[in-house]
Amino acid sequence: MTFRHFLASCACALAPALSGAQATRVSVPYTLDTLPNGLTLIIHEDHSVPIVTTNVWYHVGSGDEKMGRTGFAHLFEHLMFMGSEHAPNPQFDRLLEAAGANNNGSTTEDRTNYFESGPSTSLPLMLWLEADRMGWLLSGMDGPKVDLQRDVVKNERRQSYENQPYGMVGDIQPPLMYPAGHPYSWTVIGSMADLSAASVDDVKEFFRKYYAPNNATIVVAGDVNTADVRAMVRKYFGEIPRGPAIERPTPAAFATRDTVATLEDRVQLPRLYLNWHTVKSVDADAAALQIAGYILAGARTSRLTQALVYRGEIATSVNAYSDAKRLDGDFQVTATARPGRALDTLQTVIDAELQRIVVEPPTARELEQARNVIEAAFLRGIQTVGGKADQLNEYYYQTGNPDGFQKDLDALRAVTAADIQRVVRKYLHGARVMISVVPQGKRELAATKKVAQ
Amino acid sequence: MRRLLLVALLAPASVSAQAAFDRSNPPALASAPKLVLPTVRVARLSNGITLQLVEQREVPLVQVALTITGGARLDGAAPGIATFMARMLTESAGARDVNALQSELAFLGATLSSSASFDAFTVSLNVPKRSLGAALDLMADVVQRPVFSAADVRRQRDLRVASILQRRDQPNAVASLAFNSLLFPAGHPYHRSTDGDSASAAQLDSASLRNFYARAMQPARAKFVIVGDISAAEAITLLGARFGNWTATTAPAPIAIPPATPVTNSAVNIFLVDKPGAAQSVIRIGSPGVSRRSPDYAALVVMNTILGGSFSSRLNANLRETKGYTYGIGSSFNWAPVPGAFNIGSSVRTDVTDSSLAEVFKEMRTIRDTPVDAAELSRAKSYVALAVPGDFETNADIAGQLLEVGLFGLPLSSVSEFITRVNAVTAADVQRVARRYLPTSTATVVVVGDLAKVRAGIEALKLGHITVMDAAVISR
Repeated sequence: MTFRHFLASCACALAPALSGAQATRVSVPYTLDTLPNGLTLIIHEDHSVPIVTTNVWYHVGSGDEKMGRTGFAHLFEHLMFMGSEHAPNPQFDRLLEAAGANNNGSTTEDRTNYFESGPSTSLPLMLWLEADRMGWLLSGMDGPKVDLQRDVVKNERRQSYENQPYGMVGDIQPPLMYPAGHPYSWTVIGSMADLSAASVDDVKEFFRKYYAPNNATIVVAGDVNTADVRAMVRKYFGEIPRGPAIERPTPAAFATRDTVATLEDRVQLPRLYLNWHTVKSVDADAAALQIAGYILAGARTSRLTQALVYRGEIATSVNAYSDAKRLDGDFQVTATARPGRALDTLQTVIDAELQRIVVEPPTARELEQARNVIEAAFLRGIQTVGGKADQLNEYYYQTGNPDGFQKDLDALRAVTAADIQRVVRKYLHGARVMISVVPQGKRELAATKKVAQ
Repeated sequence: MRRLLLVALLAPASVSAQAAFDRSNPPALASAPKLVLPTVRVARLSNGITLQLVEQREVPLVQVALTITGGARLDGAAPGIATFMARMLTESAGARDVNALQSELAFLGATLSSSASFDAFTVSLNVPKRSLGAALDLMADVVQRPVFSAADVRRQRDLRVASILQRRDQPNAVASLAFNSLLFPAGHPYHRSTDGDSASAAQLDSASLRNFYARAMQPARAKFVIVGDISAAEAITLLGARFGNWTATTAPAPIAIPPATPVTNSAVNIFLVDKPGAAQSVIRIGSPGVSRRSPDYAALVVMNTILGGSFSSRLNANLRETKGYTYGIGSSFNWAPVPGAFNIGSSVRTDVTDSSLAEVFKEMRTIRDTPVDAAELSRAKSYVALAVPGDFETNADIAGQLLEVGLFGLPLSSVSEFITRVNAVTAADVQRVARRYLPTSTATVVVVGDLAKVRAGIEALKLGHITVMDAAVISR
């Protein structure tokens, strides 16, 4: 929790809510240094609870995969838990559990992270294990390990996509949104055929290319002493050799094709998915798009929620969110129809609201609510050392500065009604990918209208 | 000298230390820090409502949770009304309609949520300290002056009917509904979903909600837990002004605990639910569970950790990490005031559905028949006991711990006692509770999957009697 030195600068009795002039200050004090082998170390002390977390980011994700090997970055993440030279399988989990610690990892288009959390005294074990798999993973790597985790990942895909209502939308969306070859044009989970093709040689090549200290950052956060952590990290990671420099080509610019698609699924109610291209996470418009998501569908009072669920009573739910990533971003609106409603009706109302915002800008009240809610959620999200550690890594990767907390908040607070109108016009009035998921045999419920140009 | 100096410049002292460092063994760890429980202050409002307060000054946020004993146990002839009433509290309240109320909450940066479990209603507020008074005004309206307008109720009722319809799409929801309806007989509080069914949802209206509210939301059964940037004196003043005069419109009737005798199988009973074309089979294997008040509680937690309560557990190590049948499998006891289920759950590949069932039963038999070894026992005990301090990280975590023990009428110090008891569990204890409670010959088994592909294999296992159920009936 805390030690975040986040203080409210003013508490006005008459106007208890936040306002731009009385912005909340938030700072997560850290130290940053880089080992001779290129490993970046970020330390944040928080002594409120006797726990520690380690959070390692490798700057590689599904966007770095080769053609024919979709899903490999995530499969590789699974293999990182299958033992290393000095901690053979299944020691990784057993040792951490014996120390009272949890662990996990996750993969996105842009990065792969690995994290442990446990009693503050378990830090040497966490570092020893992370160092061992960064430096000594391959000695025990073999076909059976790859085969086993290939099966596990295929089960993960079945559980999260094939056997989930609406789950296959996640599979068809990326190639509709991005041209072939773009790093975001396939799913993180990958295709069954490509998962089947992955080999031990692929594992070795991927490890040597991407799993080097110069492509990784480690955050240690919690009830620790900075000098001790620096010494410990040098002890465990110092001798791991630097890897080759990594080139990550910038994908070519492209124009979105206005696309209409329909998917039949074993579902009771039809659901509409609208997706637009937006901006990278570091773009100045990212904050306005985030606020726009709230104003459109973040609360019961939001515009789309009112028009579709409360006043219109034609949808059971609507969501909108902006997902800005390293290379590109998208903005998604999803709405599920009430029984008996067709998706064309929902689409018409959504388009009308996206037009209305240009004529009727968000009121000061709408904007202030959005800012306050997003700010409060942001603060609650960094109440834990685990949350702060991952965010420090994220900011460092995106901007080179781990403590981007205040800048992020300031950007959210600076968003104006005109900004919202501008980003809606610029990004949400043009070409988009529209997918209707309808019950089997009910294609007549799908939305069909392309964007009127 | 120059050469040495050069080496020293390129390679600082730490590198020499690294050369000598032997990484073949994991580092020895210092003893983990002991749990230090937060100090809980207790006070009473003038109408008798208890406040439990934990002062946490690091963050200018306050968490206020109000719980009222009751919940879906009070549903009676209207299944689902408790959770629906809880949902409706945060629509229109006091002088505000739903838009005004939600708009004001957002403006204050507050989150206010309301829910009902089988056992209790909970209304939770999380708010920046500077907005606490204004947000408590709204919370008081929501708790004491809900409107239940006809338009609000009709809209939310229609949405609930739609969400009940959507349960049919979700194999996990179908499996859980079937499992609970089989394990707990009609009349038992866990027999049906707390959301009721489509027929009961269609009956919900303003009048029934007002009646239920008057019966259920009793200040005499209410309790506050407050954690955050606030003193006991402030809390008493702020809550006293808003909740100290809260009185019931209806005298509290005793909560009738429905007959809570679960089904006892004389043999394994298997229930199959067809989902043609399913990519996986969702499985549930279990039995009626145990009271948390049982003297076996700590031993059961340790036994379950070894069986299926951790990543390294036997079920996950076998079915995921050795056989590759699943993305994950786990087991749990549902600890609740009326003992819930013991449940093993997973999604497994269709073509190994039968093998997965066989392996689960094998693991249950093994932990009954063979004492666990010392390293496995020690690992499980540490995993449970050493993780407890991390459960007190945020204000919401602390409030959650207080509410959790409060549900069983226990003080916060019971958390420390639990650690002591876990540390005392022996291999004999693990085997004893496994033998007593694991349903190797009496389990209820539910499989939701493509029966054309899995049925023959399951029949060939000869585990027990097989019944086929209709998904539309289960999730009606």
